[in-house]
Amino acid sequence: MSLIGDRQQLAYIAAQAADARVNVELETEGMTLNIGPQHPATHGTLRIIARLDGEQVIWAEPSAGYMHRGYEKLTEVRTYPQVTALINRIDWLGSFANEVPFILAAEKLMGVEAPPRAQHIRTILFELSRIANVSLFLGDLGVQMGAITPVFFAFRDREYVLNLIEGATGGRFHPNFDRIGGLKDDLPAGFIDETRMVMKKLRTFCDEIEGLLFGNEIFQSRTRGIGVIPKDVALQYGLSGANLRASGVDWDLRRDQSLPMAWDKVDWKVWTHPDGDSFARCWIRLQETREATKIVDQLLDTIPSGPVMAKVPKIIKVPEGEAWVSTENPLGEMGYYVVSQGDQGPFRVKIRSASFNNISIVPWVLKGVYVPDIITILASLYFILGDIDR
Amino acid sequence: MSPLSSTTDSTTDAPRDDVRETEIARITSALGDGVVDSMVKPHDDMWIRVTADSWMNTAETLKSLGYTYFCFISAIDWMPSPFGKGEDDPTEPAPERDMSIKQGYTGGATRFQVLARLTQPQTSLGVNIKADVDESTMSIQSWTSVFAGANWHERETWEMYGIVFAGHPDLRKMYLPMDFEGFPLRKDFPLLARIVKPWPGIVDVEPMPGDDDQEEGTAS
Repeated sequence: MSLIGDRQQLAYIAAQAADARVNVELETEGMTLNIGPQHPATHGTLRIIARLDGEQVIWAEPSAGYMHRGYEKLTEVRTYPQVTALINRIDWLGSFANEVPFILAAEKLMGVEAPPRAQHIRTILFELSRIANVSLFLGDLGVQMGAITPVFFAFRDREYVLNLIEGATGGRFHPNFDRIGGLKDDLPAGFIDETRMVMKKLRTFCDEIEGLLFGNEIFQSRTRGIGVIPKDVALQYGLSGANLRASGVDWDLRRDQSLPMAWDKVDWKVWTHPDGDSFARCWIRLQETREATKIVDQLLDTIPSGPVMAKVPKIIKVPEGEAWVSTENPLGEMGYYVVSQGDQGPFRVKIRSASFNNISIVPWVLKGVYVPDIITILASLYFILGDIDR
Repeated sequence: MSPLSSTTDSTTDAPRDDVRETEIARITSALGDGVVDSMVKPHDDMWIRVTADSWMNTAETLKSLGYTYFCFISAIDWMPSPFGKGEDDPTEPAPERDMSIKQGYTGGATRFQVLARLTQPQTSLGVNIKADVDESTMSIQSWTSVFAGANWHERETWEMYGIVFAGHPDLRKMYLPMDFEGFPLRKDFPLLARIVKPWPGIVDVEPMPGDDDQEEGTAS
């Protein structure tokens, strides 16, 4: 394990060398490289400005805001049930997972708790949206390094999961299915058997991706030891989710906080990796997809009977108070700080999205790397534009 | 919280939460005079309000107490919106509104408050930190030297609320063009979409078929 120490040291030396070059004014001429806003590696419209010296990045700055929709302002003129339609569109690949923390925060303020069956189904849909989200990441990873095949596999198998979500909620991408006090509807007939089959397919997909990509020599040499983020830096930038666990921090909000969800009722494992490089981040996500399929499988066996909706008034007025709820979303920690003043709508909602913090480390981590590595590091940090800009 | 009870009131008569009580005592004794008020919601969360002068010290102290994970920085404008929910009829005179400011947990004395959250990754305990921002200066110290991740959050807060973070290395706008005027998340900044085209009004609950009061419809 001493290798990781060496790699971190090398990354620091490279970054310092890059700094020194600007300061000392050697006789080389720098150039500024603009990546995006329209670039396949930016998953939307993120622009990255990099100042180069030869092949090395000496300064880089992501420029967000091409998709800012002002959800924090818009929530202030909407009622609580209307807000879920907005926040669906933050992380659009795992939409259902966006709704859950907000609904939990509102429920916490109202003192309502969803019935056990609803909590269970919520957790199933939450993990399904994680699988739909991260499986696309696994496929997309290959594209960033010039391998085209994995992305076709990913789109093929993600479709099965989206069909499940559509079958249960009516929406492929934007379910808007979570309600204060429970869920809009129960599961459709045949959902359980179908889901079991799909989970089996997804595990095969993970094996395929592992064989195609993770064992590939080019993939390994493009990611191992590249973009190393040490533990303390990751924490102070507020990195979360797989990015944080890839730096060796054993912290998963699904396991470590008590929420009215069903994660504590099943047996699963939180994976960590000591390296903190691009490879570790990709590998953690692969393992998490596998764990998610296992979580869903076990939850399907133990769905309790009963209603899916608690008794809530028709006109929802949330009592005065403040609440913070965050969950472990596909991209990392997503939380809502909800301030209520006893109205039908929230007074203020602070949306803490994972990608915003995950991408704010880019100027630090890109310093000193080489140009082709910009793309792989960005891909491995994994961001969704809607999750940065909100 | 017992997951098997469908509707429980966890806020009013929850049992004492010793973990959070000891934690908040540890924090307040370490911060000393800096803490104005603190609050614990049992088995839920912790809040502290610090003086604006000790804002920087709070970050350093909490980091040394193990709150190494930086969650977010933002702000709250406690003034009620003069536009309400943006549903006023433009042909009618503007309705009277109660414009009195009432701050939330741990109180406050000013219209603007900064709000931050730090977490202890080992225990998953988090603390919400608030501080009053004086409206005449609209300025508070920057946390960037303690938590590098505060950089973008402070830029966003400055852009949206106009709160200047003294000592920030690069206070530029994140989302809007640099020559944009006004601070969009302030309550007195109108939501222009609602001004241009008046909102038809909230349709709250539509009766569902099969509801008791809707039975007499002719079934085909």
